[in-house]
Amino acid sequence: MFIAIAIILGILSLIAAYIALHHEKLTVAIIATGLVSLFASILFLLLAAPDVAMTEASIGSGLTTVIFFYVLNKIRQRNG
Amino acid sequence: MEYIIISIGFALVLLGLYGIMYMRNLIKIVIGFTLFNTGINIVMVSIGYIRNAAAPILDAIPAAGTTPNIVDPVPQALVLTAIVIGLGVTALMLTYVLKLHQDKKSLDINNFKDLKW
Amino acid sequence: MVKKFLILLLVAGMGLIIFDLYQAFDSKESLGTLGEYYAQNGATDVGAANIVTAIVVTYRGLDTLGEVSILFLTAAILSFALSFRKEDEIENRELRPTSELLAIASQVLTPIIMIVGIYIFMNGHLTPGGGFQGGAVIASAILLMLMASPKLEVSHKVIAFVESVSGLAFIIIGVLGILLAGGFLDNGIMSLGTFGTLLSAGAIPLIYIFIGLKVGAELSNIVGTMSHDQNEK
Repeated sequence: MFIAIAIILGILSLIAAYIALHHEKLTVAIIATGLVSLFASILFLLLAAPDVAMTEASIGSGLTTVIFFYVLNKIRQRNG
Repeated sequence: MEYIIISIGFALVLLGLYGIMYMRNLIKIVIGFTLFNTGINIVMVSIGYIRNAAAPILDAIPAAGTTPNIVDPVPQALVLTAIVIGLGVTALMLTYVLKLHQDKKSLDINNFKDLKW
Repeated sequence: MVKKFLILLLVAGMGLIIFDLYQAFDSKESLGTLGEYYAQNGATDVGAANIVTAIVVTYRGLDTLGEVSILFLTAAILSFALSFRKEDEIENRELRPTSELLAIASQVLTPIIMIVGIYIFMNGHLTPGGGFQGGAVIASAILLMLMASPKLEVSHKVIAFVESVSGLAFIIIGVLGILLAGGFLDNGIMSLGTFGTLLSAGAIPLIYIFIGLKVGAELSNIVGTMSHDQNEK
C-alpha cells in the first residue's frame, strides 16, 4: 500500500518538475517548484523521517516560494 | 520501496541538471538548482531506511544491551542541515539575478557576454 | 543545434554514472555500527527522546554552529545587497488596499501560528521538531502580518537585538560546556532529569530556545527586507 502511494507521488512530482522547467509563465513555474517540495516532504514521511519532513515543508515549500515571488515582483516593477 | 524513492530522487537530479544547462531564462536556471537540491536530499534520506523499522523517537530508555528497532538517524541529521543551507544558497543566487537585471534590463543569459574571450 | 546535442550527451553521461550507483545500492537489514551506538546509548548519555535532536545538538554540535553562522551570513548579505532604494521613491508609494478577508483572518491566525512555533522549538527533545522548524514557523507568522497590513515596518533594532543576544547566549552555553562538563556544547551542565518530561535532557531545551529565536529573527529580517517596496500599484 505504501508502494502504491510512493509510485503515484513519484509520477506526480516528475510531472510537476517538467512543468516547472518548460512552462512559459514564470508564476506557474514557481508554484510548480513549491509543489515538488511538498511531494518530497510527503516522501520523507513515508521514509520514517518526521523531522526532515517538517523542515522541508516549512523551509523548502514555504520560504523558498515566497522569496522567488518577491524577486519576480521586483523585476516586473522595474521592467514597466 | 526505497528503490522506487531513490529512482525518483535521481530522476529529479537529472531534470535539475538539464534545467541548469539548457534553459535561457535566469530564473529557470535557479529553479533547476532547487530541483537538484531537493532530489539529492531525497536520495540521502532513503539510504538510511530499514524495512519494518520505526522513526527515531524513543518511548522509553532501552534496556541495557538491546538495540531499539529504528531507522538510521545519522543521514537525517545531515539532511536537516543541508536543507537550511540550500535555502541560503537560493537566496544568494536570486540576489545575483536582481543585480544582473538591474545592470542590463534583461533576463536572457545570452546577453551577458562580458567574460567571454 | 550542436549545443543542444552536446547538452543531451552530457546529461546522458551523468545518467550512466547514476545508473551505476543505483545498481550498487543494497537495502539494509539492520543498523550499521555508528547508528547502533547512537540508538543504544543516545537516551542514556544525552537524556533526549528524539535521537536526531541528540545528534544535531550534542554529538555533532559543531555542524550546528556552522549552519547557524551560514544563516547569519545569508541574512547579512541579503540586507546589504538589496538596499538600493532612492529616497524619493519612499514618499511616493501608493499602496494597494489589502482584502478584508486577509486582514480579519490574520488577526485570528497570527497568535496561533506564533504559539505553535514556540511549542515546536521548546519540545524539540521530545517530539519531532526543533529550533530550525520553529524559527521558520515564526517567520511565516511575521510574513502573514506583513501581507495583511502593508504599512507595517519591521523594526530592525528589535530584530538585531534578539538575534545578537541569542547568538551570544548559544556560544556562552557552549563555552560553559568546556568549563563545567565534557566538551563544547555538552549538555551535562544541567541535570539530565527524568526521561520524557519537559525539563529533561540537560541544556538541550535551552540551546534550542536560543537557536529557534535566532533563526526566527534572521528569516523575519530577510522577509522584511524583501517586502519594503512590494505593494505599489
